[in-house]
Amino acid sequence: MQKTVTPSGSPRDEAYNFAYLDEATKRMVRRALLKAVAVPGYQVPFGSREMPLARGWGTGGIQVTAAVIGPEDTLKVIDQGADDTTNAVSIRRFFARVAGVATTEATAEASIIQTRHRIPEAPLEAGQILVYQVPQPEPLRKLESSEAETRKMHAWGDYGPMYVRLYEDIARFGHVATTYSYPVLVNGRYVMSPSPIPKFDNPKMHMSAALQLFGAGREKRIYAIPPWTEVKSLDFEDHPFEVQKWDEPCALCGAPDSYLDEVITDDQGGRMFVCSDTHYCEGRRDAGHRGRLLGTDAGRALARDGE
Amino acid sequence: MQSMSSQPQLGKGFDEPVLASQRCFRQILAAMSEPGSVHRLGEDVESPTGVSAAAMLVLLTLVDHETPVWLAPRFASAATYLRFHCGAPVLEAPSAATFALVDGASVDLDLGAFNPGDDRYPDRSATLVVGCAAFEGGRDVSLSGPGIRGDITVSPAGLDAAFWQKVAANNARYPLGVDLILAAGNEIMCIPRSTRIARAAEAC
Ligand SMILES: [Zn+2]
Repeated sequence: MQKTVTPSGSPRDEAYNFAYLDEATKRMVRRALLKAVAVPGYQVPFGSREMPLARGWGTGGIQVTAAVIGPEDTLKVIDQGADDTTNAVSIRRFFARVAGVATTEATAEASIIQTRHRIPEAPLEAGQILVYQVPQPEPLRKLESSEAETRKMHAWGDYGPMYVRLYEDIARFGHVATTYSYPVLVNGRYVMSPSPIPKFDNPKMHMSAALQLFGAGREKRIYAIPPWTEVKSLDFEDHPFEVQKWDEPCALCGAPDSYLDEVITDDQGGRMFVCSDTHYCEGRRDAGHRGRLLGTDAGRALARDGE
Repeated sequence: MQSMSSQPQLGKGFDEPVLASQRCFRQILAAMSEPGSVHRLGEDVESPTGVSAAAMLVLLTLVDHETPVWLAPRFASAATYLRFHCGAPVLEAPSAATFALVDGASVDLDLGAFNPGDDRYPDRSATLVVGCAAFEGGRDVSLSGPGIRGDITVSPAGLDAAFWQKVAANNARYPLGVDLILAAGNEIMCIPRSTRIARAAEAC
């Protein structure tokens, strides 16, 4: 069965300000968000606050969501494509408690989607907001450890060293070895890190109908991609950008075009490839699509909603 | 807080500040994300004479003691309101202002007088709330760029003849430059620095 919107069940916890953050902090984050939207791909510094969740749990994304969310919103939270991981469940519960919002696992029903590591397979729609949790916002950090220097490189559009690094990969491996956080050029001006999404998801950022917001808590940066904005994965004429491909479709729903996770099914070396976007996979199975292993023991163990 | 009814200069702020400012912000965020689109700010506000409700709501939502404001002479009456409701310092000169309330009809509007940010920190630029008369009936202008699918024709009314030339010059400095929030009545339209400006005829 498709999951639908869950009203938060209990009223929001009045011991906290709405959405946890105080109003001065929200205003500061909101001002940063507007500047981020006005200069797509540029990292706006902001005064990141401590949040009541463990570090590394996406406090930047949580602060962005807290600054935009209202009682009328419906929130979806995914982690590695799944709605039911500990991280996703904790964040969803947090906002149900402090903002009293409805939550959902259905991509199309969400007005705000907070994510770590994936963009949903289903195309996003106008009016939706995708909030990314970003551990390292600086795409040039591996090349240059000094913040003053990377800021200069962005200021001058000095991205030569980044292209050199990618080209060194091609010289050595025959292709660019980066598969996550693959850098993109936004609106023809700023090189941006898409956060650790697989490069498979990079094309979804290009000319998306949705607003994309990125929050890095530890590094205190916010950046954004407005809808209908050019986002180009860095590449070379003789080595164009390519996304990952698999030799077989999803073993549960048969999807030929979604991002697949490899899952070990037994200790005999058995393995299968299944959609990382659990909601997408369930939706396809509900619609009658069947993969090779749906209905087998291995498939049953994985497909929590499968028969 | 004492009753405001006997102090018309102060007007009325948000009835329920937390939720009202969230609703306003979402409209402003949507407007900034889709330049040229018109968004309604539905909150009830009693703004100073000559200042639109939308302009006041934008400032109530975004301004506080950390954001100095500059007011065009025509809107000087808003100073008391902003100090009282937002705690915002009101400046004599525009160059250090984070926010400004300016008059789109004025020949004196000088976008170059405001902070355009610097190449390492373009986010430090000013945001200008621009009073205009309405969002239709004015000269057609074609907009394109981030947030706009293809291009869009807009025709805000009550703007000085040189207004769009000034905006085009500002936006030619991208990624530096100020960001504009046009306000008329209860509605706003954003023109961030990332938007490219052309006369509608040229875009066809
Ligand atoms: Zn699947």
